[in-house]
Amino acid sequence: MTVARQAKAIGLISGGLDSTLALALVRRQGIEVKAVNFYTGLCITETQRRKGGRADGTIPQNEALRAAADLEVEVEYVDISGKDYFEMLVHPRWGYGANANPCVDCRVFMMRRAREIMEAEGADFIFTGEVLGQRPKSQRRDTLRIIERESGLTGRLLRPLTAKLLEPTVAETEGLVDRARLEDISGRSRHRQMALAEELGIADWPQPAGGCCYLTDEAFARKFFDILDTREAAGQARALDKEDVILLSTGRHFRLSPRAKLVVGRTEIENLMLEHHVAGRARLEARDALGPIALVEGTPTWEERQLAARIVARYGKGKDLPQVAIKWREENV
Amino acid sequence: MNLPTPMPAPVRTIDTSGKLCPFPIVEAARAVKAMDAGAVLCVIATDPGIALDMPMWCKATKNEHLGTFREGVAFRSFVRKGRR
Repeated sequence: MTVARQAKAIGLISGGLDSTLALALVRRQGIEVKAVNFYTGLCITETQRRKGGRADGTIPQNEALRAAADLEVEVEYVDISGKDYFEMLVHPRWGYGANANPCVDCRVFMMRRAREIMEAEGADFIFTGEVLGQRPKSQRRDTLRIIERESGLTGRLLRPLTAKLLEPTVAETEGLVDRARLEDISGRSRHRQMALAEELGIADWPQPAGGCCYLTDEAFARKFFDILDTREAAGQARALDKEDVILLSTGRHFRLSPRAKLVVGRTEIENLMLEHHVAGRARLEARDALGPIALVEGTPTWEERQLAARIVARYGKGKDLPQVAIKWREENV
Repeated sequence: MNLPTPMPAPVRTIDTSGKLCPFPIVEAARAVKAMDAGAVLCVIATDPGIALDMPMWCKATKNEHLGTFREGVAFRSFVRKGRR
C-alpha cells in the first residue's frame, strides 16, 4: 500500500509496554510523532520518586521519558492536575471501576486535552496503547467508542495494537496509516505484546503490572471516599484539591471521628512533606523522643486529641517508655 | 562551583529546587524552547530523578546532555539546545 503523504500524530504515552509498542508501530510507518504524557499527580511511580525512591535506594526511572528516548520521539509533559480534573474524579459521569478509578471519564478528559494539542500542532490523529478487552471498564468495545465520541475524536483516535479489530479510522481510510501494518491484539494476556516487542527491537519496558495509578489502589480509594463522604456529611462541598491528593498519598491516615482526622508520617521524607501542609492543621510531634510528624485536620474533641497523641507516641522511638510528651501546635489553625 | 568536568558557560540558568518529577523537565523544556540552537542551559534541581531524566529527555528531544553533577543535595544539569 502507498501511504498518501507525511502524516503527523500525537501519541499518548505512559511508558508502559502497550503505549511504547503503539509508539513504535506508528513510528515505523514514517509518521511524525509528538508524544504526550499527562501529569495527574496520581501516579504511584512519580510519588515513589518524590519520596526518595524504592526501599533499596534505587530511583525508578520515568518510563514515559525512557520510551520517548528509546524511540527518539519528542515528548511533552502536560499537567492536567487542576480543578477540572479533580471535579471529574469526584463526579464521574460513567462511574468508578473497582476502586476510585473513573477510567472512562479520565480517558475522555485526557482525550479532550489531546484533541486540543492535535489541533494546535496541526496533527492528523491521536493514538494510544489501548487494547480491546484488556481493562474491564475502559477498554471494552463500547467504552472505547464512548471515549472517542465524547472527546470529539470520532475517526481520529487510532489504537494501533488493536486497530484491526475496530472500525478503520480516518487516517487509515485516507491512507495516512497502513492498516495492514497494525495489530489485532485483544484481551488481558501480554504474550502477543511481548513477542511484538522482540520483533520491534524493544528490550526495555516496565513489568506489566496493571497500571500505576493510585485511584486503582484499594487502600487509597478508602481514604479518597472517606474525605468526600465526611465533607458531604458535614454539609461541605464534595470536592478535592491538589493538597488533598498530596496528603492522600502521604503517611498513615486515621479517621478519629467525623470531625477529625490524623495523618502520621512514615518516613523522614514524608515528615518533611507534611511540614509543608501545616497551615490550617494541628502539628504533633513527640517532645523528647524521635518520632513522626503528624497533622490533625478538623476540630477534635479532647478525647480525640488524646487518641491522636497516643498514636503519634506509638509510632515514635519512645513507644516503650512509660510516658511520652507530645507537642501539639496549632497556631496556624 | 567546581565541576568534575568543565562546562560551557550557560546563557540561562533555571532553579527548580523543591520541584519534583516531572516539573524540572517541564521547566527545562520551556526554557530550551526560548533559546537559540547551540546555547547552553543550566538546570538546578533537588529532585534526584533529574540525573536519570535529563539524559533521556535530551535524547528524545534531540538536545545534547552535557552532564549532570551533584552538589550536596542539589544537582546541576547542562543541556545544549540541538539544531533541528
